[in-house]
Amino acid sequence: MRDTSLNPGDQQYFDAAAAGKLMLGKCGACGEHHHYPRALCPFCFSDKVQLAQAKGTGEIYSYSVSRRAGPVVYCIAYVKMEEGVSMLTNIVDCDLDTVKIGQKVKVTFKNTEGGVAMPVFTPA
Amino acid sequence: MSIKGKAYIVGAYEHPLRKAPDKSVAQLHAEVAKGAIEDAGLTKDDIDGYFCAGDAPGANAFSMANYMNLKLRHFDTTDCGGSSYLVHVGHAAEAIALGKCNVALITLAGRPNSEGSSGTQVRERGSYLPDAPYEIPYGPVTVNLYAMVAMRHMYEYGTTSEQLAWVKVAASHHAQHNPNAMLKNVVTVEDVLNSPMISDPLHRLDCCVVSDGGGALIVARPEIAKQLKRPKVKIIGVGEALKHQMGGKVDLSYSGARWSGKRAFEEAGVKPADMKYASIYDSFTITVIMQLEDLGFCKKGEGGKFVADGNLISGSGKLPFNTDGGGLCNNHPANRGGMTKVIEAVRQLRGEAHPKVQVKNCDLALAHGTGGSLGHRHGSSTVIMERE
Repeated sequence: MRDTSLNPGDQQYFDAAAAGKLMLGKCGACGEHHHYPRALCPFCFSDKVQLAQAKGTGEIYSYSVSRRAGPVVYCIAYVKMEEGVSMLTNIVDCDLDTVKIGQKVKVTFKNTEGGVAMPVFTPA
Repeated sequence: MSIKGKAYIVGAYEHPLRKAPDKSVAQLHAEVAKGAIEDAGLTKDDIDGYFCAGDAPGANAFSMANYMNLKLRHFDTTDCGGSSYLVHVGHAAEAIALGKCNVALITLAGRPNSEGSSGTQVRERGSYLPDAPYEIPYGPVTVNLYAMVAMRHMYEYGTTSEQLAWVKVAASHHAQHNPNAMLKNVVTVEDVLNSPMISDPLHRLDCCVVSDGGGALIVARPEIAKQLKRPKVKIIGVGEALKHQMGGKVDLSYSGARWSGKRAFEEAGVKPADMKYASIYDSFTITVIMQLEDLGFCKKGEGGKFVADGNLISGSGKLPFNTDGGGLCNNHPANRGGMTKVIEAVRQLRGEAHPKVQVKNCDLALAHGTGGSLGHRHGSSTVIMERE
């Protein structure tokens, strides 16, 4: 996985990922979860947002196995988490030809080339 | 206040090249500007408004205004990827209606073919992007983001690879008559299904071409349009929209065309069924199916059935689309296909499309663009035009 530069405010999410935790943005005012995390709630615009640990389980909303984008075949996906929000991610550690929409998955972590931990998903 | 009837498209020009390794991007912008100005029968000094997007050198108007030595009293550098130029048509009509300019020039140009660009590469979209750290490591590229939209469409509505392939088949039937088209060979559904799988479920022939070149448009106030010798193409409705991931409540089942189309049809006072011709953005075959549904040409989920069996082929199908061969076969300059969508609609309304694909009595047409990606964030823009 390639690296990209983080913006101020991003470090906490990736530190948590390095400790094996998937975090979502959660608003203290309206209670809604969001992803990716940001400084103002995208629903009520409150600044009372913090990171909250996700259960780490969900199902595949959509996916595609990229067979000719680079040297390695990989699976990009949106996983809809139990908290109700979806995240862009990869499906890993399984036969990619068996991946299906609606499949139950759980979080695991892989490092980028530069050593940043990224949440990815594998069949539950 | 409405822009209906307040501005006309009086000039349109598509660069004939699809590979231009020896021309600069600025030169291409200037060449298409010259082509459109001459098509209109105007001169460069008539231009007092200029519109360009992220493909212009520097992603602003400074350099191209300087290169062409334009004297402007209005400019707009709205960028929403491939849909920018349809938004520019709307914004130019608005500016003209408000008296901010008289003659607006819109340009697009680029050379991704010469530079080796591909929809399987991760694009550098800019600095400080808030989403990038949470997405880029996963390898989102143009084709797999659209592939996820196709995959979900198949899951929700039973759309098939054969139905997707019909979009390409129709485009190829049109491209055979376009001497400048990059891919002029007619293909079959089997050809599409037998082409290599790029990113499930999109095959190579579900994907548009990568081409150099560009295009330009001239939009002018009615008094000026009436003095020119070209057939009159009146702008009667425009709509624009942005759709994104909605805080994480991602829904890939529809596009911003649902909103931009409704706004344009309401302004124009016409319905999808009234359209004699439609230019529909075709970065991928799925893009066309999604937009036809969201614009209201058919019900949500029935786009696959709608495009099947040659229904988009001029002369035999019910809705002739992309009669230049579209982005799938003709041209997708600068990886941004919105400009050529408007240009072919103008050709149809003027009666200047190739005789083999010209729609009879084409007096009402729509052009629609999508920019960015249907898979995460995109702009949608719709322009409805009438021949006067």
